[in-house]
Amino acid sequence: MARQATVPLKPRAAPLKPRAAPRAGQVNGAQALVESLRREGVRIIFGVPGGASLPIYDALYDADPLRHILVRHEQVAVHAAVGYARASGRVGVCTATSGPGATNLVTGIADAIMDSVPIVAITGQVPREVIGNDAFQEADVTGITMPITKFNMLVMSASEIPQAVHQAFYLARTGRPGPVLVDIPRDVSQEMCVPEFTDEVTIPGYRPILEGAANQIAAAVKALAEAERPVICAGGGVIGSNASPELAALVDGTGIPVVLTLMGKGALDELHPRCLGMLGMHGSAYANWAVNGADVLLVVGARLDDRVTGRLEDFAPRARIIHVDIDPAEIGKNKPAHIPIVGDAKRVLAVMAAQARAPQIESWWRLITEWRVRHPFRYHQNDHRISAQYVCDMLNKVTGGRAVAVTDVGQHQMWMAQWYRPRAPRHFITSGGLGVMGFGFPAAMGAKFACPDETVVAVVGDGGFQMTLQDLATAVEHGVSLAIVVLNNGALGMVRQWQSMFYGGRFSASLLRNPDFARVAEAFGARGIRVERPEQVEGALRAALETEGVPCVVDVICDPAENVLPMIPSGQSVAEMILDE
Amino acid sequence: MSEPHSATISVLVRNAPGVLVRVAGLIRRRGVNIHSLSVGPTEDPSTSRMTIVVDTAPERTELFAKQLRKLVEVLRATAIDGTPSVDRELALIKVNVTSGTRMEIMEIASVFRANIVDLTDRTMTIEVTGRTEKVDAILTLLARHGIREMARTGQVTLVRGPQNT
Repeated sequence: MARQATVPLKPRAAPLKPRAAPRAGQVNGAQALVESLRREGVRIIFGVPGGASLPIYDALYDADPLRHILVRHEQVAVHAAVGYARASGRVGVCTATSGPGATNLVTGIADAIMDSVPIVAITGQVPREVIGNDAFQEADVTGITMPITKFNMLVMSASEIPQAVHQAFYLARTGRPGPVLVDIPRDVSQEMCVPEFTDEVTIPGYRPILEGAANQIAAAVKALAEAERPVICAGGGVIGSNASPELAALVDGTGIPVVLTLMGKGALDELHPRCLGMLGMHGSAYANWAVNGADVLLVVGARLDDRVTGRLEDFAPRARIIHVDIDPAEIGKNKPAHIPIVGDAKRVLAVMAAQARAPQIESWWRLITEWRVRHPFRYHQNDHRISAQYVCDMLNKVTGGRAVAVTDVGQHQMWMAQWYRPRAPRHFITSGGLGVMGFGFPAAMGAKFACPDETVVAVVGDGGFQMTLQDLATAVEHGVSLAIVVLNNGALGMVRQWQSMFYGGRFSASLLRNPDFARVAEAFGARGIRVERPEQVEGALRAALETEGVPCVVDVICDPAENVLPMIPSGQSVAEMILDE
Repeated sequence: MSEPHSATISVLVRNAPGVLVRVAGLIRRRGVNIHSLSVGPTEDPSTSRMTIVVDTAPERTELFAKQLRKLVEVLRATAIDGTPSVDRELALIKVNVTSGTRMEIMEIASVFRANIVDLTDRTMTIEVTGRTEKVDAILTLLARHGIREMARTGQVTLVRGPQNT
């Protein structure tokens, strides 16, 4: 497939003509912004320009080595920033213009706050004198994003920009990470100023607690050492604070079994013999039974949301709960903690690992092993219809769990969570809390920009892919090597599953008539492979993973009747788990 | 979970644009009704104190305080439940009067140590300060004379003694 010739760009731009001759050291607000971003170590910004952000784009025109990636929809910009942040541990950055540009960021910002992802969103705003006037492309973006940002600000003068940007990055990445939005009116971007850059940041009232209380940690260590049926539940906070080595040290020192939340996948090497994989609504039976039978449960960096706990009274009913979180408001929010520890997971686990003593739990392990052998995840691959789970299993085999796997949301997400066993943190990226369809492909693209040397694979459903697939154009334009596996069952699969199980099989608006995704890919200049028979799956996955220089879409036509099991129905308990038997 | 009751949360905030909306919005989106919210500057002109009364289960009150502390502009957030405190509210109540009822209404005001701050041949405006229950009590007595208008500040609270609120 011939690549389009690159259009020669950069017609000589007219030099900026400030009204008065600039004083020494003067720049405009947009130039101060770009310099501030550079000082924060930003390398890539995902965005779409518009009227209110044109001064910023003018400053980006010659902002090497700062790279701007033009996406085709602002939602893609923010998901890519999230994927970038989660794959790399650095702050992801996206930008949009005022009004509709900024409101298109809303979904991704909400995703970032739910999953505690450090991103900074920079939005253009209408000029100061018309704010509040219902001006063209005006929206109260700081008002709209107030409940879904860790902090947001409307910058009202150019000289404030360096401090505002520095604060934004500091807030985004420290404490419990999260999204911060900086809204800059167009005339503030154009205003001349002498910027003062500072490394200091003083925010009274913002003091994240990093060290856990020593007496509480000692109590936790004692409780674990004396436990007969202990379990560790690791969440996304372990990955966010880069605490995987400390978690592994604690597990190796004590032999305690570990369950992972969806966000915690990869916090411990999933081939580690102590790792029981994911718990919760679609977690393994043995992970859920272990938590149900635990006498001490150490929860680290997890907020115990309803997909993990089911009915709260029946979650870990016999356990003394030790809860470690950097956010004091999470401890005791859903489940009272007997030993609360506020602190950074990495520091708390390091102290615990150093002090830990191994409990006597041979008989506990015998029981868990028996559950594990009797009730593994299972699927049936026959000769004609492709099982989606077979594809996930194969992807795990082909990559050895060493690729960065990014999923969209729905059945395929849960199958990947069950079958893909990442060997390292930041190798399983998914929209956990908000559950955003359309997240997978853009986040995978962001992850690939963050980690160009890693193999990145997006696994998406046919429903979610169609919410953001226009950005195949962006991936092709930048020569992004990315495998995109569409588990195509011709339906909004999870909706269909719930309709079949809880709504009497009345498939209201859940069946999709799809395009040929392989041909769609080719129309964008990407590579496309259509897979209709089970024996083609492995070869197609290998071909996609080896494709260089363009994204490769593998459209896998799957069995439409396959359901995600086991399943604990919404709001119920382990006792009501539906097994696959 | 136990029955909702009135809980008082005192919040010390930095004076910054939008901070009132952030605080009120946080409570609203947790699905809790705000009974009253009063706000004004403190001894330090860069900060304001908000006194918020919410209807919530007792065990949720401390959680609200924790969540409020997460807001970047919030310097302190204290659930007052159980701590001895001074609680006051001010109300202006405009009631109908006739020559026949004027003396009785003045007597009621006098019993409640309320001030009469405006008087016409048809109306009287009474200023009353006290705990919310006291304001409610005088309102009940005045109600049969016909309350034309009323404005209440909502509760303000400080913890008793040297301890900070």
